Amino acid sequence: MITIEIDGKSCQAESGQMLIDVADAAGIDIPRFCYHKKLSVAASCRMCLVDVEKAPKPLPACATPVMNGMVVRTRSDKARAAQKAVMEFLLINHPLDCPICDQGGECELQDIAVGYGSDVARFQELKRIVPDKNLGSLISTEMTRCIHCTRCVRFSAEIAGVREMGATGRGENMRIGTYIENTIDSELSGNMVDVCPVGALTSKPFRFTARAWELQQRDSVSPHDAVGANLHFHVRRNQVMRAVPKENEAVNEVWLADRDRYSYLALQADDRLTAPMIKKDGVWQTVEWETALKFAVKSLHDVSCQHTSAQLGALASSTSTLEELYLLQKLMRGMNCQNIDHRVRQADFSDQDVAPLFPYLGQSLSDLEQLDTALIIGSNLRKEQPLINQRLRKATLADRGLISEHVKANMMAINPADYDFNYPLKAKITDPSLIKALASVAKALGADIQAESCENGQLIAETLKNGQNKTLLIGQFVQNHQQASVLKSLISTIGKLSGSKIGYLAESGNAAGAHLMGVLPHRGVSGKAIENKGLNAQQMLTEGLKGYLLLGLEPELDSRFGATALETLKKAQCVVSLTAFKTPAMLEYATVLLPIALFPETSGTYINGEGRWQAFNGAVSPAGEARPAWKVLRVLANLLQVDGFEYASTDDIRSEIGSFHLETPIADNSQCNPLPNTFEIPTSNELQRITEMPIYAVDAMIRRAGALQKTTDAQKSTGIVLNAQQFAHLQGHDKIDVSQNGQTFELTFRLEETVPQNCALMFGGQMLGNWDGFLTVGES
Amino acid sequence: MSNSLLTPEICAQIDKWIAKYPVDQKQSAVMGALTIAQDANGGWLTQQWMDEVADYLEMPKIAVYEVATFYSMYEHKPVGKHKICVCTNISCLLRGSEEIVEHLEKRLGIKMGETTPDNKFTLKEVECLAACCGAPMFQIGKDYHENLTPEKVDDILNRLE
Repeated sequence: MITIEIDGKSCQAESGQMLIDVADAAGIDIPRFCYHKKLSVAASCRMCLVDVEKAPKPLPACATPVMNGMVVRTRSDKARAAQKAVMEFLLINHPLDCPICDQGGECELQDIAVGYGSDVARFQELKRIVPDKNLGSLISTEMTRCIHCTRCVRFSAEIAGVREMGATGRGENMRIGTYIENTIDSELSGNMVDVCPVGALTSKPFRFTARAWELQQRDSVSPHDAVGANLHFHVRRNQVMRAVPKENEAVNEVWLADRDRYSYLALQADDRLTAPMIKKDGVWQTVEWETALKFAVKSLHDVSCQHTSAQLGALASSTSTLEELYLLQKLMRGMNCQNIDHRVRQADFSDQDVAPLFPYLGQSLSDLEQLDTALIIGSNLRKEQPLINQRLRKATLADRGLISEHVKANMMAINPADYDFNYPLKAKITDPSLIKALASVAKALGADIQAESCENGQLIAETLKNGQNKTLLIGQFVQNHQQASVLKSLISTIGKLSGSKIGYLAESGNAAGAHLMGVLPHRGVSGKAIENKGLNAQQMLTEGLKGYLLLGLEPELDSRFGATALETLKKAQCVVSLTAFKTPAMLEYATVLLPIALFPETSGTYINGEGRWQAFNGAVSPAGEARPAWKVLRVLANLLQVDGFEYASTDDIRSEIGSFHLETPIADNSQCNPLPNTFEIPTSNELQRITEMPIYAVDAMIRRAGALQKTTDAQKSTGIVLNAQQFAHLQGHDKIDVSQNGQTFELTFRLEETVPQNCALMFGGQMLGNWDGFLTVGES
Repeated sequence: MSNSLLTPEICAQIDKWIAKYPVDQKQSAVMGALTIAQDANGGWLTQQWMDEVADYLEMPKIAVYEVATFYSMYEHKPVGKHKICVCTNISCLLRGSEEIVEHLEKRLGIKMGETTPDNKFTLKEVECLAACCGAPMFQIGKDYHENLTPEKVDDILNRLE
């Protein structure tokens, strides 16, 4: 530690730290534009010039390492004069359009100009004008306002990991942008809006809808992936106008994935359900809550009287809050029914009794940055868990900034298709079954199994053995695999033999909560085993029950069964759907639609993948007649005469949940079925279907966020993707016929090298047959 | 892959540049590669050429655009057969580059930055070309012409095809 003096204040600092960081820590304000604590230092704006004793000229605080005994003045005449001069230069080309600029009122340039600039401009000449380019549906541009700080350029290169922005031209003609008309396709692109210190890059959906000073800030937590990113909703007149990140180093740092940032758009979706509806004599009608609730209770009651309560089933979305999930299972169990589940994408339940308590990341999010070795198994990680992928990317960086030739961590992947990663992979295996690849790694580590060895399997095993801080990350392709239990046994073996931690990548922001609350047919709250096991999601959605209670779920899109789920539900006697939206499919199968609040409209708790409990309050009141789901469940329970539902608030529910002492849940991720000695890999001369739940289809809200649906990622997640070489003969066709289990769909297709031969990549979130199995394609 | 522009001969030339740098720093050859591409395309670059250079050097396309737009020797619009790059920096200015520019513009009937209708000449104002000792000067193709006078300029232009 060394000591320096800033503005007369003595500060402790690490040798080599930059002056601006030391000043920030000491609470001393130094103006800046290009400096950003998460990005490399550009030192190009010169706004942070300060007066350092014995230095002949003012020095940029962002690029000046501190030295013992340094005396710094940030407000001396010399510093002030430098800052004022830089400010004057920066304003030369900046337009005076603050009154019509979205950044107005929250603009770093505006604020610093007031604090450090002059009140009169001496510049008489013409200002530069820069034409705008269309960067896609999320970011809107006004490049004339750009002050060339290059934060967005550095963000795209360093954090997003894809160089999409650049500085072309030079001097007076330098321009920030994509050079050619090109959309920004990063899954983290919205952060460019945040890092831009001026109004050059602003949020397109938010554009011209509100002024910063009209907005109130409310905290929330995003449920769309295992991170549980912290965010602020900016609210005006009971409407969410936008979402911005809430800084939390341990969770999302200062970033948000685009999914978290733009999902609020679903609040205003066209198909939002704003009043209860019932289907009486085959005709849908909008009714009062009381009528709807009574109708729902009678329908459910009829099923349990005419048949048994075992003919009822409840399915929940794991983006529901902890409180909602707790009440749902309490209600069902109160009716003596164990058919409760949320694992609608899971195919193999054979190891559910020994499975870990919840899908635990196996470490904290920030631990991921310290890894030196990681094996990603069955995950298109960039799109599945954008911020977790960002942490791994950070682990590979030798220093803040670009990936240099010294890659710090060995990342490896085993995937069904050759997915793109924004960091170098030391080894990868593309294996549609995943089993062969994992077995070869396990064998190379010395497991007593029959498996073919392969070069990359050897390399992965070797790298894992040599790693110090290492982990195996289990993605959606494993969790939803038809032989998931076998895969998990193999992974557990690899973990044991190589001494690696095992981490699950939970599919949503509260999958952990759903497990811990016992929204499972075989386990109650806190994982307590249930004696008379109920039916799992697959059984409920394919075998058929008489009555269903759905919580925030669209099984025909959310589950792996697509059209089959729809047919099963249509045959039911009653389907009570607690939903925020109404779809044509829902109107076909449901008997009662009860409008519920979405997460920005309710209070609750989410447990993220690392087991972190995060409570939040509603930012706005629910749309129309919609009510928070916990209240709906409470009243349903009261009317169904199930005891113990006298809650006045989510706090009451939370304190009841608290009695289970789950605040720091521990899951043993090595628990699995015994490892078989040989492996069966289904083969066929047809194409093996690989199904990915695409980034912008993961839940009902995301599917309705209009701006996200217009992104390249969303556009690319349709139709079918086939191997480029194998299907080169299809070039020139618009659509092809895809047949699976006797059903035929006409689909658009793309040809790519990334999909292995004899495979077809398709996307979830559509009503297109089951997620696995084999299919054939033909010219239509 | 439609690497139609980078013929084996062009690739071989670029490979010579790549060989000058460490194996994992292919992108260092970008300026050489762009010059080769520009020469092969008749003196100017198109987006397709830049994209193919980017793919060949395994670097982001935007990074190639940055280089190609930063340096003034890369052209993004068609140029005449002979590109006359006239230095107008301080040494040349003091030694009469204004007169040279005026003479060139008058003789060719075009302004700085323009190309003659017969696509024979393009006039371009450039910064210092490091030949101050022979000011005023201009560059045509790979040749420097120093100590220019209007008569000498006429003589040089007359000798060009």
